[in-house]
Amino acid sequence: MSATDTSLQNFQADIDKWMSENVPKKPGFLLPLTFLEVGTEQQLDFLREWQLKLWSAGFLGMHWPTEYGGQGADPAYQGIVDKALSAHNAPIIFNTIGLNWTGPLLLDVGTEEDRKRYIKNILTGEEIWCQGFSEPDHGSDLGNVQTRAVRDGDEFIVNGSKIWTTLGNYADHMILLARTDTSTARKYDGLSFFLAPMKVAGVEARPIRKVTGEFGFNETFFTDARIPASCLLGDEGGGWRMAMKTLEYERGVIAGQASAHSMQSIDLEDLMDAMYDFERDGAPILEDAMIRDELVKLAIEAKANSISDRRAGIPALNTDYPFGIALSNKYRHTEYARRLKMMGAHVQGAQGALFMDDDKAYMGGFWQRAYFANFGTTIGGGTTQIQANIIGEHVLGLPKS
Amino acid sequence: MISAIIGSKKIDFSEEQGMLLDVAREFVKDKSPGSEVRKLLESEAGFSEPVWQELVDLGWTGINLPESVGGSGLGIAALIPVVESMGKGLMGTPLVSTVLAAELIRRAGGIAEEDVLEDISGGCAATVAYLDGSDWGGANTGVSVDENGVLSGSKFMVPDAAQATWIAVVGSDAAGDAVVALVAGSDVAVQAQASHALIDLTKRASTLDFAGVKAQRVLSGDKVDSAIRDYLLIGALLTAAEAVGSTSACLAGIVDYLKTRKQFGKLIGSFQALKHPTVDIYVGMEHSRSLVYHASSEIDDGPLSTEAEVACRMAKAKASDTIQYAGDRSVQFHGGFGFTWECDSSLFIRRAAWSQQQFGDAMHHRKRLAPLLLDA
Repeated sequence: MSATDTSLQNFQADIDKWMSENVPKKPGFLLPLTFLEVGTEQQLDFLREWQLKLWSAGFLGMHWPTEYGGQGADPAYQGIVDKALSAHNAPIIFNTIGLNWTGPLLLDVGTEEDRKRYIKNILTGEEIWCQGFSEPDHGSDLGNVQTRAVRDGDEFIVNGSKIWTTLGNYADHMILLARTDTSTARKYDGLSFFLAPMKVAGVEARPIRKVTGEFGFNETFFTDARIPASCLLGDEGGGWRMAMKTLEYERGVIAGQASAHSMQSIDLEDLMDAMYDFERDGAPILEDAMIRDELVKLAIEAKANSISDRRAGIPALNTDYPFGIALSNKYRHTEYARRLKMMGAHVQGAQGALFMDDDKAYMGGFWQRAYFANFGTTIGGGTTQIQANIIGEHVLGLPKS
Repeated sequence: MISAIIGSKKIDFSEEQGMLLDVAREFVKDKSPGSEVRKLLESEAGFSEPVWQELVDLGWTGINLPESVGGSGLGIAALIPVVESMGKGLMGTPLVSTVLAAELIRRAGGIAEEDVLEDISGGCAATVAYLDGSDWGGANTGVSVDENGVLSGSKFMVPDAAQATWIAVVGSDAAGDAVVALVAGSDVAVQAQASHALIDLTKRASTLDFAGVKAQRVLSGDKVDSAIRDYLLIGALLTAAEAVGSTSACLAGIVDYLKTRKQFGKLIGSFQALKHPTVDIYVGMEHSRSLVYHASSEIDDGPLSTEAEVACRMAKAKASDTIQYAGDRSVQFHGGFGFTWECDSSLFIRRAAWSQQQFGDAMHHRKRLAPLLLDA
């Protein structure tokens, strides 16, 4: 499919029609708002079925090659699908680590064999992916990874543990960063990158209960787990470069993702809806001057964020700090979302002190849960503070901390 | 989801804007180095006559005006890169006052004002006498204009008044309706002008007493109210554009210092207590700049739309708070040196304080955004 205006418009109409008819109704249980929060089999089955339905209809992996299960279309089509998913408030497309990080990585640097083996099952949701980068003792300091992978013939023996493995207890594969050499001068040069199987002896994923009270993350333990040497992606000792590339996909610095709909977005309109349900000082809360100012501040930030994202595409308006807007994407959006969701809890008065299990909780505790869950995005994938270091050092040229 | 509150996300950047940005940046770099800025602080005029003439020759006093009056017909959008660049170089000129006067006259008047607009595009400085006192949100129509066009009352903080060939005075007629009186600068006696000691020494402004001054003509009628509203919004936008430029220069100064100054054996830029707020200044500057160029995409020659009003107010609110933060942190992060007159941080914090108070501060605009965004 080419990307002429007419064909895009026709596609837009098709996808809108399909979504209106096929986006599933809300089930009788709370669905995860983000891929970080899949905590029950019930949620998993529901989301898996939904992803398969979307792929079967030809609306997933729009710009991935057809020989691997994609649709072979222009990237603009995936953008239209993602916007439609968001506009129709569709459930998330949950296999995010496969669709957005592993897939683009394999299409970029993987072997033909890797692509044939993995990509189609990422799209159908048949195989779930998780990520093994962070470790219990050094969350943000990736270069310091200690999980060991020791070569033994045509296998590696893995020992150590990974933390925050989203979907780890359900996953078939992990993109794993492990140390294959402890003697290198630079700690980065001893790291290797694996497409590691999860369902082998010696790998155990233990669910972690989160601040929301729900599950979704795991701590993954490797105890003499044997994985084939063919799982290595790139060269032995070349893992750091692969990990950095993965993070660029993860942070939205470069494109290639099969579906950006990994989070159900909550925006100012949702917050405005809540405004009609509360009073302050005996009057509608929307008449409160302090509340109004907070909402206007959020609106300015939201607008500045989205216009900045557009401005990043105008080179003449990015000459001083050419990649600054892209590199600050995660920093800007996740912190804005945190403040927005916190406000959703603030406006509720005393009800804001209730949580999910209380039957008087406003919208089942939606805002409180969303606020807490948002920390997954300001901490995961490099904390806000690490992002600030990256922007300070790589955009402004400040010395390393 | 397309959010009604957020509204338009349009951002256009024309070829003309691109060329003007390149030219203006080079021009300002060349004509307004730090030494020149410092020299002009002490001068009476606050700007260099020869540089003004060059700027006139480049056509910048008429960029926004129609070709029929000697302008380039490029609209307000084309002024943004120029004003932003001047902000970056802290360049003193009456350009902003002049183009704002032209916008007010053009929007309030009609074909009969072509001679005044021709003067302006030809390089005669002009200004608007708007404020009665300190309140940007007040009526500011306290100067009365009688049936013979004779004024009484005074105006506060009129920018670049001493240079102005034309002064557009906002007042009211006998019926109490708003009017714009066009006064020749030469008709305001020297004794009736009292220049202010401004916080930003690159700027000039005076209180003017118009008692007994006869206007050359008086613009009245149904276009005046909306022209005044649009003048205030465009004024806010141009102030924001200038602030974005100044913020980027202030940021560059902070970054330079953080990359060279050592304490406790380390470059101070390696300390996160300084690095992270600097990143926030950077992000705030980018956001302000996006909002400024967005607003310029929403303005045309007609009365400003609601989208344009939202855009101008957001741009001013964000740019004001950002430059205030940048100037404030610049003084602090330069340590003892930052506390001195010598350090350029003093120029930036003074620019910040001035800029915040032009055309309404951030709170003024957020208050007016609230009904536009929340009660629609």
